Amino acid sequence: MTQQGPSPAETVVGSTMLQQRGGGHRKAKPALSEGKKAERKLGLLLCAPAAIVMLAVTGWPIIYSVWLSLQRYDLRFPAQQEFVGFDNYAAVLSNGYWWTAFGTTMGLTVVSVAIEFVLGMALALIMHRTIVARGLVRTVALIPYGIVTVVAAFSWYYAWTPKTGYLANLLAPDSALLTEKLPSLLLIVIAEVWKTTPFMALLLMAGLALVPDDLLKAASMDGANAWQRFTKVMVPVMKPAILVALLFRTLDAFRIFDNIFVLTKGAQDTSSVSMQTYNNLVKGLNLGIGSTMAVLIFLTVAIIAFVFIKLFGTAAPGSDEGGKR
Amino acid sequence: MGKGITRRGRPPARAVAVFCTGVLAAGTLAACGSSGGLKINVYQAPEDNFQSVVDNCNKQANGRYEIVYNKLPRGSDDQRLQMARRLAAGDQSLDVLGLDVTWVPEFAEAGWAEEWTGQHKETASAGVLPAPLKTAEWNGKLYGAPKNTNVQLLWYDDRVTPKPPATWDEMIAQSKQLKAQGKPYQIVFTGAQYEGLVVVYNTLVQSAGGHILSEDGKSVVLDEGAVKALEILKNVTASGITDPSLTTFQEDETRQAFQQGNAAFELNWPFVYPSFAKEKKADLPHFKWAKYPEVNPGDTAKTTIGGIDFAVSTYSQHKPEAFEAALCLRSPENQKFSALKDGVPPTLESIYGDDTPLDPSKPEGSDNPSMGSTYPMRATIVDALKTASLRPLTPAYQSMSTVMSKVLSPPAEIDPRKTADRLRKELNDALESKGVIP
Repeated sequence: MTQQGPSPAETVVGSTMLQQRGGGHRKAKPALSEGKKAERKLGLLLCAPAAIVMLAVTGWPIIYSVWLSLQRYDLRFPAQQEFVGFDNYAAVLSNGYWWTAFGTTMGLTVVSVAIEFVLGMALALIMHRTIVARGLVRTVALIPYGIVTVVAAFSWYYAWTPKTGYLANLLAPDSALLTEKLPSLLLIVIAEVWKTTPFMALLLMAGLALVPDDLLKAASMDGANAWQRFTKVMVPVMKPAILVALLFRTLDAFRIFDNIFVLTKGAQDTSSVSMQTYNNLVKGLNLGIGSTMAVLIFLTVAIIAFVFIKLFGTAAPGSDEGGKR
Repeated sequence: MGKGITRRGRPPARAVAVFCTGVLAAGTLAACGSSGGLKINVYQAPEDNFQSVVDNCNKQANGRYEIVYNKLPRGSDDQRLQMARRLAAGDQSLDVLGLDVTWVPEFAEAGWAEEWTGQHKETASAGVLPAPLKTAEWNGKLYGAPKNTNVQLLWYDDRVTPKPPATWDEMIAQSKQLKAQGKPYQIVFTGAQYEGLVVVYNTLVQSAGGHILSEDGKSVVLDEGAVKALEILKNVTASGITDPSLTTFQEDETRQAFQQGNAAFELNWPFVYPSFAKEKKADLPHFKWAKYPEVNPGDTAKTTIGGIDFAVSTYSQHKPEAFEAALCLRSPENQKFSALKDGVPPTLESIYGDDTPLDPSKPEGSDNPSMGSTYPMRATIVDALKTASLRPLTPAYQSMSTVMSKVLSPPAEIDPRKTADRLRKELNDALESKGVIP
């Protein structure tokens, strides 16, 4: 598949803006009739409340946390609040704990998304191909995703508790896995994978549905074996769906919090960036440093999304480019 | 001894609460809330029998107000978080706050705790042992009424060591000797990466005559005494005389390790005694206690204390009643009740010498305990309390503690000089709320 013109996401954003700005945007277009103008105006008015609410609930907190991140603001020292510019950013970015957490988070993200992708693809193929009890198979496969993450995390935690947990008794009767760094990271990955593979599979299955049967049959006629059909026909056709699935999961995985919070509480350097933000912002009551971390996470997530969309050409689901080839 | 000394308390017997709610519905009994709607909300850690204390005080209030016991979560981080979060938002529905002794400066400095003055101050501080009283002060003002205290002791088996070691050096030497003889030899304490490790370290620093912070709590000192403490911590954990999984030991794991018989010495709070009495009755006569070992021979150990202070929220809409309620909840009678029923050592010296059982009209027995029967170690506790030390007093204690437990973990990998330098730097940042906490 080759790279085409403006990326799909850009097109989507562009056209939305166009609609919002109405006729004023392109002078070259012929003037709209009175009726059309009135219609546009009404449309804008009808959109306005939703747009304003959106701005208030998403825009304002973002702006406010950026503003907080530029201040020395600790609830325990209310008298010492002052504007410090980028001092907080310097403090966080020069701190070893932050980079350790950043590395841990990145590692967890890459490893868990990679495993989820492989397993998710397998699961998607199974769900796609099932002939008998299709609904049942799909429902069963989705159960882990339907369980609240914290609840699932607690059941993992208890399962791995030495002496009382069934998994601990079965696999490692004499050790406390959650007290060692690598084993606990592994357990966190397992919990993540178990929980979100169905989501991945769901997105990939939508991609599989796009692969025309004729194409596979034709490939088969040409002598392609199953693996070749998968890599040469299915995957290329599915690419948009695959990239969307990977993007969604990567963004989600990077913000991992609940599993770590329950399983290790961030001990032995298993803290993620979100955990650390929580520790500084909520536990430490340090609004300045905490907001700085929140902004940094926001930026990282934005960069990840940018890389996926610009470099890999991920299309937003439902946009024109997606899967129409 | 069914009910004994616990750290904070166990799941509650809700009988009284249920009874009162039932009666409330029927609307008959005065003591259960015909107070004209004035409610004083107390936020306190879970304590089995605290509701009875609340009921007592409601009876005393005689309908002027009704105290409502709002149980905070079990974990102390969660307790602090709930109160801090709500107070930061100016929540007016909190009246009396049960603060851990390390939170008082934080809540006072943030303007969340009301100062105690005049008559209230006098009542709150009368007869209180000096160390617990000091935990309730910040900048020379009183911000809390000490409710209960706590102090760690050295526990040992007199069949293994007839005479307890007086100093750390002696203890380490004895432990090595016992190991060579094939007897129980381990030294166990709270070595996990959490507040418990900070408590041990603080005791060592103070006992060595050192300081972590300056007197006013504004700068990091970490002097020779603090380095000496690091040396001891390293020495005791890196010479094969403690449990291999010490780094996962919190209070209860420490208790279990000693009860399982591998350890010769245990440093822990007095809650270990009733547990031992219940679970190893046959060995109880040999389960002995002594003051915490000294660092410098001849200098009494300065053991770190714990406990709860009652503060009144600045956002409370009923401050006079809140002060009154707080005073009642920690009155001598109620402190004694809590000490006997919930195992939380009182802050008033006089209670330790009180020999009348819980119900003075009946003879003493297993269902009618006295201070003597519940606290056979009471003389040692008072002794330890009199020379006790406090954890550093600063509003930034929470961050400091997180940093300390992190830097000190695992204790076996401490490099005294280097670790001290790292501590100094990171504590400084934490103190100025500049640094990142792990």
